[in-house]
Amino acid sequence: MSKERAATRGKHGGGGGFKGFWKRVLSLTRKEIRQLLRDKSNLAIGIGLPIALILIFGYGLSLDVTNAPVAVVLEDPSPMAADVVAGLGLSAYISPVVVSSMHDAERLMLARRVDAIVRVPNDFSRRLAAGDAQVQLLVHGSEASRALIIRGYVNSTIRQWAQRLADRRGRADMVAAGSVTLVERMWFNSANTSTWYLVPGLIVLLMTLVGAFLTAMVMAREWERGTLEALFVSPVRPTEILLAKIVPYFLVGMLGLGMCLVAARFLFQVPMFGSFLIVLGSSMLYMLVALGIGLVISSSVKNQFLASQIALISSFMPALMLSGFLFDLRNVPTVIYLVGQLLPATYFMELIRTLFLAGNVWPLILKNSAILAAYAVLLLGLARFVTRKKLD
Amino acid sequence: MNEAAALAGNGLHKRFLIKETGQTVLAVTDVSLEVLPGTLTALVGPDGAGKTTLLRMMAGLMQADQGRLEVLGIDVATDPQAVQDRISYMPQRFGLYEDLSVQENLDLYADLHGVTQEARKERYRRLLHMTNLARFTDRPAGKLSGGMKQKLGLACTLVRAPELLLLDEPTVGVDPLSRVELWEIILQMIHDERLTVLVTTAYLDEAERCARVFVLHEGKLLTSGTPADIRGQANNLCFIAIPPQDQPPRILQARLLDDAESIIDAVPQGGAVRFIRRADAGNTRLDALLDGIEVFPAAASLEDGFMVLLRKRYDAQMETIARDAEAMVTHRPVTGISDEIAIEVKDLVRTFGQFIAVDHVSFSVRRGEIFGLLGPNGAGKTTTFRVLCGLLPASSGFVHVAGVDLRHARAVARRNIGYVSQKFALYGDLSVRENLEFFGSAYGLYGARLYDRIRTVVEQFDLGGRENSPSGQLPGGFKQRLAMAVGLLHEPDILFLDEPTSGTDPLKRREFWRRITALSQVGTTIIITTHFMEEAEYCDRIVIQDAGKLLALGTPQEVRLQAGGKDGKLSMEQAFISIVERARQRENATHAEAAG
Repeated sequence: MSKERAATRGKHGGGGGFKGFWKRVLSLTRKEIRQLLRDKSNLAIGIGLPIALILIFGYGLSLDVTNAPVAVVLEDPSPMAADVVAGLGLSAYISPVVVSSMHDAERLMLARRVDAIVRVPNDFSRRLAAGDAQVQLLVHGSEASRALIIRGYVNSTIRQWAQRLADRRGRADMVAAGSVTLVERMWFNSANTSTWYLVPGLIVLLMTLVGAFLTAMVMAREWERGTLEALFVSPVRPTEILLAKIVPYFLVGMLGLGMCLVAARFLFQVPMFGSFLIVLGSSMLYMLVALGIGLVISSSVKNQFLASQIALISSFMPALMLSGFLFDLRNVPTVIYLVGQLLPATYFMELIRTLFLAGNVWPLILKNSAILAAYAVLLLGLARFVTRKKLD
Repeated sequence: MNEAAALAGNGLHKRFLIKETGQTVLAVTDVSLEVLPGTLTALVGPDGAGKTTLLRMMAGLMQADQGRLEVLGIDVATDPQAVQDRISYMPQRFGLYEDLSVQENLDLYADLHGVTQEARKERYRRLLHMTNLARFTDRPAGKLSGGMKQKLGLACTLVRAPELLLLDEPTVGVDPLSRVELWEIILQMIHDERLTVLVTTAYLDEAERCARVFVLHEGKLLTSGTPADIRGQANNLCFIAIPPQDQPPRILQARLLDDAESIIDAVPQGGAVRFIRRADAGNTRLDALLDGIEVFPAAASLEDGFMVLLRKRYDAQMETIARDAEAMVTHRPVTGISDEIAIEVKDLVRTFGQFIAVDHVSFSVRRGEIFGLLGPNGAGKTTTFRVLCGLLPASSGFVHVAGVDLRHARAVARRNIGYVSQKFALYGDLSVRENLEFFGSAYGLYGARLYDRIRTVVEQFDLGGRENSPSGQLPGGFKQRLAMAVGLLHEPDILFLDEPTSGTDPLKRREFWRRITALSQVGTTIIITTHFMEEAEYCDRIVIQDAGKLLALGTPQEVRLQAGGKDGKLSMEQAFISIVERARQRENATHAEAAG
């Protein structure tokens, strides 16, 4: 045996051993990172898409109603009547359109030029003195949630006015302004802007996208291009191949998280009542879950197109629709509720929103983290199980 | 069984289940083989013979259903990882990481095989030198040519000296030039490091270099032994016959091949016909067949021996070839080559952005000619082909096909041409009949005329009996016949065939060419691309293209003479290599001049 041959052959190619393991993982990870950086489509999904989603969900898609046109009919010419609706004009949510008669207002409403009508009847001042003044509010109900929001805004504006009136007149007139004064207040989203709960939810979406979708693609790509066949016939173990896939995409997911956190803090001024470290820790946990989903999918179907479709349908879409991101899970049919309860995204969604908007609620943190950890172990274990150095 | 064998397989079986149909396919049936240390062993057979399945079993990537397989003394089925730690394997499609550079691909495999940094330096230098890739270490693997990719794959496999090297068709799909270079590297490594190598190949000439040959056919072991053993089957049976002056050799070749009672095999070679007679053929019959023709004895080759063995087993097939070929001609009068011009190409240029794929090419093809387009990968022959078929517009130049200017009336020209692509391009879910009906109507045939034509091609191409089977599940040879039948449904004047014989076994290739010969006799013009250089011998004329330019044009004999063989004794492959290399040297010289 020549000298060189002995050297290159090594100890059976350095098959086993701890050192060999780490060397191979390092080498494969380096390869993975290089591929990631050179493939434009990966970068587009890993970095471009998060930015687009942050902008879309942060600015474009808002569930808030602003500047809703509302017709105002003043049938009572008294200054008191004008005062009660003056508050509407100050609101950012409503832009009042003063019309002369109820007839005109109805016409605007039918033409869908206004979303609601506020009518101050001609006996308003008289009845106010008597303590049972009424203001009529008609809302266009074709968009139920919008109608609800407008009703809420008008209600609170009128009530605030009544409150101020009561304050001005002092205790004696309290009764006159309405015997029960309802002070509405929203908990946990004190500004009641949808951005505040959409942006934390966005973290869930992004991590699902990077973890499940991107990873499903990259592993399936290797199967499809036949790059694994040569790789398999070497001292490489399946665990090493999987580890090398997890590390870079975990980092990409963390980058997405970072972008979301920066956007949340500086772009949208979303408060974070809970601990930053717990936000970080639970995000990492969920990232592992998402990676597990991606790896299981791609190792099972071995085809990029199919893997990406399955990843979208089984992880991204449910995370968007069924995790409570857009729709409150308590208001959906039981079957869909149960499906939602099976999704790891649901637990992370609940956890991250609570951490952002409510604070460190320990029972919830412990319960949901435990569920996520169980999912991570289960899915990564399954990924290892389905990744075999076999072609048949 | 030999104790010291590097690899020993005994009674190996492998079945695959086709999910769609629930059928099982026997990929490997009762194969036993062994590889001795320090030798080069070949596993020879056409596509679908079971070569890749066997190699994957040896590499521990698949498990045999039956039988015992030991590699380096380890049972692969129980401990595949132990085998994988010690062997190297180059799959047919070596999956290089295309985003990674040449150097990064090498580094990855060196890391995975645990090659030390000191050993690497010398090893890389040698591998890069041998593969001629030293200049391209920074280039992404995806930007290499087909031949270079294959060489890089081989280099990655050889980052260390393995105890057993498995190579799965290392030369498949590469041009003759790269084929020579790849074999030089393999032989050099075997010589320097006394490697134990098992290589699979569809080329019988490659197997001549090996110490031991195992011949597979349809999953079964046809024979094994040294190349001399297999050649011995055809000893004293091989002859060269010189055809009459004014006749292409394929006419004589077809006549000989049709007489299955006296002739085992006949192929055109070097302007003559090489044939193998049956040992038991009657002399009077043979003399009558070869009346007035000069005949010389010739040395047997591995392919001759293989043909003798194959014919022993599959005797019936050749007789059907003769019958089918007759069926082709009975429908139309024999016209042969006329003076009418079927295709005229003048100064054809086709560019893709900055890249010139076809560079001022001119030639013309007469009606009834068989015209071959040859060239290395990326030479521009596929582009030329597509322009002629009307699939790609020309950037500039004059292209007349079947009397129609392709610039103005591509649709009209298409009606007169038939096209059979390299891949099976018919609908696999449709039955044979449904495919014929669909493509017939797509060509504008309908009613009685359509059914009349379908009846005719079913008869001509021997498709009877399976008209209702889904086409996707037919055997390879049947699929190819169906594809040709579809291409000829509308009785085109010109038939285009893109690499029709790649991956098929020698018997099926004979059958194919017999049909082509018959077709050309009734006046159909045939344009064909091929990477089997010996098949150029069937053509009336050939062109050789490289880097978009036309390097040679003429009869196979004229091209051989142009290549420098004064007496025309070069094989077609040697002629091809010499012409392409000379042109490349000239090109380099002009570049150097321009630079200097």
